[in-house]
Amino acid sequence: MELIYSRTKTIQEDKVSGFCPGCMHSTVIKLIGEVIEELDVVDKSVLITGIGCCGLHMDYIAYDTITAPHGRACAVATGMKKASPDSLIFTYQGDGDFASIGLAESVSAANRGGNFTVIFINNGIYGMTGGQMAPTTLLGMKASTAPKGRIAEEHGYPMHMSEILDKLTAPAYIERTSCNNPQNVMKTKKAITKAFKNQLEGKGFSMVEIVTSCPTNWGLDPMKSLEFIEEKMLPEYPLGVIRDTIG
Amino acid sequence: MGKGTIKVVADRCKSCGYCIKFCPKGVLAIGKNVNAKGYEYVEPVNMDDCIACAICGRICPDGAIEVYKN
Amino acid sequence: MARVLMKGCEAIAEAAVRAGCRFFAGYPITPQNEIPEYFARRLPEVGGNFVQGESEVASINMVYGAAAAGARAMTSSSSPGIALKSEGISYCAAARIPIVYCNVARGGPGVGAIQPAQQDYFEATKAAGNGGFRMLVYAPSTVQEAVDMTYRAFDDADRDRNPVLILADGVIGTMMEPVELPEMKSEEEVKAIQDSKKDWACIGHKLDYANRAWIQPGQWDTVKMQQWNEDAYEMYKTWKPEVEIYQVEDAEVVMTAYGISARICKSVVDILRAEGKKVGLIRPITVSPFPYDAYDAINYDICKTVLDVEMSIPPQFIADVDRGIHHRAEIETCLCSGGNIMSRDAVIEAVNKLLAK
Repeated sequence: MELIYSRTKTIQEDKVSGFCPGCMHSTVIKLIGEVIEELDVVDKSVLITGIGCCGLHMDYIAYDTITAPHGRACAVATGMKKASPDSLIFTYQGDGDFASIGLAESVSAANRGGNFTVIFINNGIYGMTGGQMAPTTLLGMKASTAPKGRIAEEHGYPMHMSEILDKLTAPAYIERTSCNNPQNVMKTKKAITKAFKNQLEGKGFSMVEIVTSCPTNWGLDPMKSLEFIEEKMLPEYPLGVIRDTIG
Repeated sequence: MGKGTIKVVADRCKSCGYCIKFCPKGVLAIGKNVNAKGYEYVEPVNMDDCIACAICGRICPDGAIEVYKN
Repeated sequence: MARVLMKGCEAIAEAAVRAGCRFFAGYPITPQNEIPEYFARRLPEVGGNFVQGESEVASINMVYGAAAAGARAMTSSSSPGIALKSEGISYCAAARIPIVYCNVARGGPGVGAIQPAQQDYFEATKAAGNGGFRMLVYAPSTVQEAVDMTYRAFDDADRDRNPVLILADGVIGTMMEPVELPEMKSEEEVKAIQDSKKDWACIGHKLDYANRAWIQPGQWDTVKMQQWNEDAYEMYKTWKPEVEIYQVEDAEVVMTAYGISARICKSVVDILRAEGKKVGLIRPITVSPFPYDAYDAINYDICKTVLDVEMSIPPQFIADVDRGIHHRAEIETCLCSGGNIMSRDAVIEAVNKLLAK
């Protein structure tokens, strides 16, 4: 028998992820680890986590990590990359972190074209704090702080971070993917690979926005949350390469 | 014996069912046994049909599935 | 070494570069703009990096990132900007990341006044961010002192893996004085310092679960969090306060002040001593830790009143002075605020009034 698939060695062998059943944070962290292993850059990798569920994996990954203050991961990455230009530095941020409290840091870092990578997890809600409305929450989608659902007149519209950053001149590569089926999982892995390679080759700012689920705070079981991604999230957040100046 | 063998690392499984949904051959099902975290973990029920495509492994968020080619 | 005439802000920046600082991020705010401007010119000459952050918040976090990768890193601002940095400073303290920062303080609260003041004393010494951490806080009263303190602050920060604050003010930052600059650390020395942090710095490590760098500005586990606080407390207790005790032994009136106010007070001691009046000065050089024991140097049989001189209304420094004196003498105040600089005449008048009592 030949082993053809197992969990990446960049996740500590004896650890189980702290995420809820069906949560795709786990999927993405696994993919990041696979890419790091395949590119053979474990000894260069530094993950900067935001605050929120996006930091839940810090104790079970096997490479360097630092926690940034809420929203400031791109600023931390900016300083870190200057001080250690040979390291592979990437932020891992949720939508509250990246698109709400960290908006200034996120947009400014992208505008400087900092040579690091952002992995941006968009599940349309605040996970860790219990299902509050995020900038990415869909219209009509209920949240604990929008009990009647998001209303455009009151809360504005879902923010499309990839498209917003695409308006800037500096970013090298922006792609939106999902992890809601095996094909999209593989596309996400490919996108992360490309984003990391860009950084290793000094090409500048890359971001992969990954549309994921939050079964717990969406109030759906994992299977239903797959349908919700397909039927609700993806029409609002269409997948694909949004910007690629590298080719 | 099929083309592939599935090993589920029981304690990593959270019973989300993604592997069951996407397995093209219906190899996996939620089992009756409970793991350390209290989840009824997935078990292979139809291993002879496994084609070692590893879709189950890749879709599993928690890396609970090891796939072998026979 | 030759003395050069330099503006306070620029001298602080040059001292930092000479200490091996190779990363600076900051945001414009008066009266400290010459610090980031100087770094912007100077750092590229020595292979360092300057970033103008999009905000004070971003700047301190850039410094957190650079220092977490092992570089000697610094930021600066002035009062309202320092308040914005408090989040990042608390994270540096919690993650045990060595950084140096400088507050060229101005009037407050709020946007305050852009002129010099000492309104940030409590913030600097008691609560520079959430969570009750402590820092070494130096209070320079001359440009030379600001230079020397900045230079050694990097060693202190690295030794303790903790932030160090240079609590200056708009006078120190904007005046020009002759200074003797410290020795420039060689490229090899700077590299050796950065390399010495390789074990814990986030730069990438070989796949080894136990030996990766894991920088945590907090703990999930309550037992670990308490242990962290206990360990930090033990570290804080190793600090020795520094103080200048000037002509206090036979003084009938003792002034006490820090920073620029203390410098004014020192000149008052000299002037009044020349008139045969017995006055002295206690000047904390570190305001955190505070040299409480220095107030034991006062002869309370002859000194019945201590004059607290500070550019803050209401007074803040007085709270620590009070603890040092511990009911052994009365405390009177000589205060100004709002960006008004302490007048020597006002101090002389206040001292004379006490001498006449």
